[in-house]
Amino acid sequence: MNIAVDISAIWPELFMAVAAMVMLMYGAFRGEGATRFVTWAGVLVLVVAALLVLAGPAGKTTAFNGQFVVDAFAVFAKVLLIAGAALALILAQPYNMREDIKQFEYPILIVFAVLGMMMMVSANDLLSLYVGLELQSLALYVVAAIRRDNLRSSEAGLKYFVLGALSSGILLYGMSLIYGFAGTTSFDGLAAAFATDSDAPVGVIVGLVFIAAGLAFKVSAVPFHMWTPDVYEGAPTPVTAFFAVAPKIAAMALFVRVMLEPFGDLVAEWQQVIWFISLASMILGSFAAIVQTNIKRLMAYSSIGHMGFVLVGLAAGNETGVQGILLYLTIYVFMNIGTFACILAMRRQGRMVEDIDQLAGLSKTNPYLAAALAVFMFSMAGIPPLAGFFAKFYVFLAAIEAGLYVLTVVGLLTSVVGAYYYLRIVKLMYFDEPAEAFDRAPGREITVIVTVTGLITMFFFIGLAPVLDGAEAAAAVLF
Amino acid sequence: MVIQALAFYLFAALAVASGVMVISARNPVHSVLFLILAFFNAAGLFVLIGAEFLAMILVVVYVGAVAVLFLFVVMMLDINFAELREGFLQYLPIGALIGLILAAELILIFGTWIVAPDVGQALTAPILPPDQVTNTHALGRIIYTDYIYLFQASGLILLIAMIGAIVLTLRHRPGVRRQKIADQVSRRPEDVIEVRDVTTGSGV
Repeated sequence: MNIAVDISAIWPELFMAVAAMVMLMYGAFRGEGATRFVTWAGVLVLVVAALLVLAGPAGKTTAFNGQFVVDAFAVFAKVLLIAGAALALILAQPYNMREDIKQFEYPILIVFAVLGMMMMVSANDLLSLYVGLELQSLALYVVAAIRRDNLRSSEAGLKYFVLGALSSGILLYGMSLIYGFAGTTSFDGLAAAFATDSDAPVGVIVGLVFIAAGLAFKVSAVPFHMWTPDVYEGAPTPVTAFFAVAPKIAAMALFVRVMLEPFGDLVAEWQQVIWFISLASMILGSFAAIVQTNIKRLMAYSSIGHMGFVLVGLAAGNETGVQGILLYLTIYVFMNIGTFACILAMRRQGRMVEDIDQLAGLSKTNPYLAAALAVFMFSMAGIPPLAGFFAKFYVFLAAIEAGLYVLTVVGLLTSVVGAYYYLRIVKLMYFDEPAEAFDRAPGREITVIVTVTGLITMFFFIGLAPVLDGAEAAAAVLF
Repeated sequence: MVIQALAFYLFAALAVASGVMVISARNPVHSVLFLILAFFNAAGLFVLIGAEFLAMILVVVYVGAVAVLFLFVVMMLDINFAELREGFLQYLPIGALIGLILAAELILIFGTWIVAPDVGQALTAPILPPDQVTNTHALGRIIYTDYIYLFQASGLILLIAMIGAIVLTLRHRPGVRRQKIADQVSRRPEDVIEVRDVTTGSGV
């Protein structure tokens, strides 16, 4: 074990942990007046961490006896999830000030959660996987309940905690079965153990299914999605925006790595499981969203559906699939952050409005916001040339390459169903009688983020080639 | 050998029996006490396999801290456990079904258990033989070297748990009078004590 190599591999994580503790000390001594400063410090820490990730060692490096790995795939996922988290943190700033969420711990918990996610993405051992996952989850449970005087926020936190603990238990049970077979928890050792055996025993398959179930809970794939709508609705809106992007990216990247690296040779065993949860997520995500009246619940079902589409790429189990997943997640970050920025701008007389009907006639009262939201909705529905189209296109391309025709056809049909509820919002905004206008001036941060993410969503095709190249290089290391 | 086997069956049977009692006892205080008994038996099992450090930690942490905390919660909070149990019969069928499926899976798994062919090579033994170092020493050697990453990460998890507990429960109530030691120490008799002449029978 060479300590210099180890440290150079975990520079970004080390920096984040130390910076978060410094921020904690600063906040603890300054009191509630420090919140604004700590929030911007948190954004800065995330940006510096992203730069450190990019400046990290080239090529695949393992550290700490193979418990931690840095490769192109990890770098891609880390930069993506840091970008999502930083945007969500900036979005939270005006909201928290207005809604009196004064705890300076909020940005610190977000930084710790991102640290856990980076450890998940870089996990190369079942133990480091679990420790990273718990670090992330614990911070997320607390931020879900951060409005402790609000019944719905507390309920969201508690629900998330109880179900998250259950899923961790299932995950650990699966890991123990796998360890019992292979006698090792390292991904390399597991891959070697499964490479020699052509026919996996029952215990391994049950363990594998349990691990898949635990991870499916974290990405909120059907049938492990029950917590998503309630948590999304109950948590404060900026927290929901954060939940919708960063943890999803981390969990999905982890899912892909676990399935393809240690269990890569058992593809025949897990492919049908992924196939089913992908199919079920796409169907439930599109049909259940139709009847929603609350826009945060709608976004919850929409994210379940999106995860279904992403899992199509994993079900394909080939390099194009992983490339499609990374491209999808990239686009998903910008679409979602943009949409949540629009939701955060929905205020009337200083109070948040969450009813979809209240968007009626927005094009007349606030044409800029209406146009931006329309762009995000068209993109989510997958209409070319907006970003969402390319996301779906590459995932389904991979599925066809792998011969998953049923999944592709169902995916296309459900995206038509999904288009109905996305376009219903556009119809409400442009063709219905205007409701009372929203408050002007949602905050400079929100306007900037809406503009930037909107432009990225609209003109994504210009930058498509470099993103695709990056995703291709990242995908290549897993095969 | 016979004594060891007897001790194993005694501890194991008692652990299972007290585990059953934890969930079936009517009185929650009894449940917690049975839980403590279960922890003690598990510690006994650890001693039998030569893991005396884990045995002691189990007693210290689980009995000394966790179980006592449970007792506090059970005794100090006004939770109506009879009411909590009301839904029990309603959920019994589905719970029993899931339990049966899990049991069937377990029997299926362990009935046909196979280990990987070269598991012996994968299972390296980083701990020195027990006649050279004590259990605690051996654990310390690998936790602070080979597993330093996981050790530190676990520390971060505990830090988050602490931050979370403070964020969600700490309240600054106005009008709470706190002890100010500096004020207490700097109090002088002449500031606060007044000597008066009181005529007998008239009161102050």
